[in-house]
Amino acid sequence: MMNHSQSTGADYNYTVVRQFALTTVLWGIVGMAVGVLIAAQLIWPQLNFETPWLTYSRLRPLHTNAVIFAFGTSALFATSYYVVQRTCQTRLFAPKIAAFTFWGWQAIILSAAISLPLGITSGKEYAELEWPIDIAITIVWVCYAIVFFGTIIKRTTSHIYVANWFFGAFIITVAVLHIVNSMAVPVSLTKSYSIYSGAVDAMVQWWYGHNAVGFLLTAGFLGMMYYFVPKQAGRPVYSYRLSIVHFWALIALYIWAGPHHLHYTALPDWTQSLGMVMSLILFAPSWGGMINGIMTLSGAWHKLRTDPVLRFLVVSLSFYGMSTFEGPMMAIKTVNALSHYTDWTVGHVHSGALGWVAMVSIGSLYHLIPVLFGHGRMYSTNLVNVHFWLATIGTVLYIVSMWISGVMQGLMWRAVNSDGTLTYSFVESLEASYPFYFVRFIGGVFFLTGMFIMAYNVIRTVKAPKDTLPALAEAKA
Amino acid sequence: MIMSNFWSIWISVLTIIVIAGCAFILYKMSKNNTGIDEGESMGHSFDGIEELNNPLPKWWSYMFYITIVFGIVYLVMYPGLGNYKGLFGWTSSNQSVRSIEESKAAVEAAKAENRLSQYDREVAHAEEQYGPIFDAYLATPLEELVKNEEALKVGGRLFLQNCAQCHGSDARGSKGFPNLTDGAWLYGGELADIKTTLMNGRNGMMPPKGGLPIEDSELEGLAEYVVKLSGGEHDAALAAQGQGSFMKGCFACHGMDGTGNKFMGAPNLTDDAWVYGGSRGAIIESIQYGRSGVMPAWKDILGEEKVHVITAYVYSLSNK
Repeated sequence: MMNHSQSTGADYNYTVVRQFALTTVLWGIVGMAVGVLIAAQLIWPQLNFETPWLTYSRLRPLHTNAVIFAFGTSALFATSYYVVQRTCQTRLFAPKIAAFTFWGWQAIILSAAISLPLGITSGKEYAELEWPIDIAITIVWVCYAIVFFGTIIKRTTSHIYVANWFFGAFIITVAVLHIVNSMAVPVSLTKSYSIYSGAVDAMVQWWYGHNAVGFLLTAGFLGMMYYFVPKQAGRPVYSYRLSIVHFWALIALYIWAGPHHLHYTALPDWTQSLGMVMSLILFAPSWGGMINGIMTLSGAWHKLRTDPVLRFLVVSLSFYGMSTFEGPMMAIKTVNALSHYTDWTVGHVHSGALGWVAMVSIGSLYHLIPVLFGHGRMYSTNLVNVHFWLATIGTVLYIVSMWISGVMQGLMWRAVNSDGTLTYSFVESLEASYPFYFVRFIGGVFFLTGMFIMAYNVIRTVKAPKDTLPALAEAKA
Repeated sequence: MIMSNFWSIWISVLTIIVIAGCAFILYKMSKNNTGIDEGESMGHSFDGIEELNNPLPKWWSYMFYITIVFGIVYLVMYPGLGNYKGLFGWTSSNQSVRSIEESKAAVEAAKAENRLSQYDREVAHAEEQYGPIFDAYLATPLEELVKNEEALKVGGRLFLQNCAQCHGSDARGSKGFPNLTDGAWLYGGELADIKTTLMNGRNGMMPPKGGLPIEDSELEGLAEYVVKLSGGEHDAALAAQGQGSFMKGCFACHGMDGTGNKFMGAPNLTDDAWVYGGSRGAIIESIQYGRSGVMPAWKDILGEEKVHVITAYVYSLSNK
């Protein structure tokens, strides 16, 4: 057997990884800033400025698209291109196509950033972009698959590492979801209508919507986790067999879970029950990833005291575990009858989006950026630590306020007087939510501030002269 | 809706394969068939990362099995496997109905077979519990009901949940939606008038320029005349010119003196109540392009019992 462990950075294509890593930080700031603005608009409607392209209704899809497809997906591009090279011990396949995926993806992000505020939308949540952009996404995505799987095929290792299973599942499934859900009849360059109608349209939409969560925001980021957690902890992955069970169960079950977004609607009963059952069985496989990540720290727990990067990764796994417990619970029809349409859902999404997706990405980037730019560590470990606390406190403020607000809304909406009339009007429940909207806004400000600190730290790291940022001595531990 | 047998079998088989597959792989992986001792490295290294052959955590495996068993039991009890109805025969609602008539027929059929859907059961329960309260209100003449504080409170709550979306929580309306507190009534403000409006709804329609041969150049004068009618400060000469246009036919609905006609909902132009705004610009817009307003019929949505109580409440807003 050849020993490849001597490979150095010089052997790998880091250009595209660097590009995606830096744009991740940029788009993170943009997407989260828009999020903070719309959170503020919910408290102070004057912030809509009576300007169509600044209204909540147009900025909300901009926020979701920016954080999921600009920030999150750039992070996935960066880490998957990095991880697949390093764990397959080979350079990236088709470097020109890889470069195209970067520029193509940035062009798609820009066209989204222009078309959504203009009000150009297909009206499908998380799939608002109109058909010409949808076609561009398909082309770039197929190129991504060619680069990724091409690299897997020309690997020099005998096995395929578990991180790449997850990245691979994410790339294939997102292609299928995107193409099927975006099928539409164009009537002009900027307008199209879905080929599905009625309950079928709703079902296809949430089959897509929930698997965007399942495969993009879960499987993709589990791929990230499976490389950066053991790498940063310097420990072997806890259980190979656990990764096999939870990988296959996760991808087999997730694809069925979409109907839980449509409980108590016109969707046929059997579809709703089935979505609920599959969501419940999904609970253990989801936790498999958390257990494998956290148990990987066995024998390295002391590192958490000194390493804020590892802290990011471990706390992200805790939030992941929390939201993947919450998710199956909310999929139970009886619970959903209370939680549906309330802020509880918004809180649940953000415990995944901020606590899991953003924090695992941030932790991975703090590991990745020094390597990509030839340094031993980030410019300031203290700033990484400050960022960690801002992000953690921000996430907690966000989700706790939305829990309280959501449960309160659910209870107010269903409260009934002795004569059978509803106790509260909708406006009263809205009024009661304002304090929590404010806390949520503050949480968002915390999280965004952390991103600015990260940007500063990244710029100083990138610009630092060679050999000025040596790795911290292990002995400190 | 019933799907064809093929799709029913297709989806059921796929469901069973996925759930059984999960149980199978879980069982398989709880045994160590790797040929490597538990706790040892699998022997491959990826960029320096090794994988240990640790067993699955016991508590986690049990949790996984429990959810699988729960899932299977649930799918036996409730609809979930294609067209299979489940042992409980539970349904959320009469899913294939497309009209109120079909819905009523479905409820009757379900009652006969003693298998009401969850929705129908909840409605029946609510009817049983709250029906007598509203029956008693309906039996009370409106003239008495408006003196019943408790009934007005109930009417107020019904108003907030059903009417406030257009007329506002304070019932003062907004552009296109009449203010219900100012004593100005398009279709009459007597108790019986209000109840008729609520029960059957209204379709208010003013055609562009009243469908009359009025030139755009006359609009300014007409608006001035309307301002004069409502007692506003106006240019007398311009208003006199507008009066000429008014006599082309506006009086047919709004009356010679401009006091309107409640039988067709033509607004009184001599008061200071405006559904679409009383500025000259808004008046010109109303004349030039016409207006149409719809008040839905609440008879079938809420039923006469509740409409009766809301009538008393709406009346009380301008008759303290």
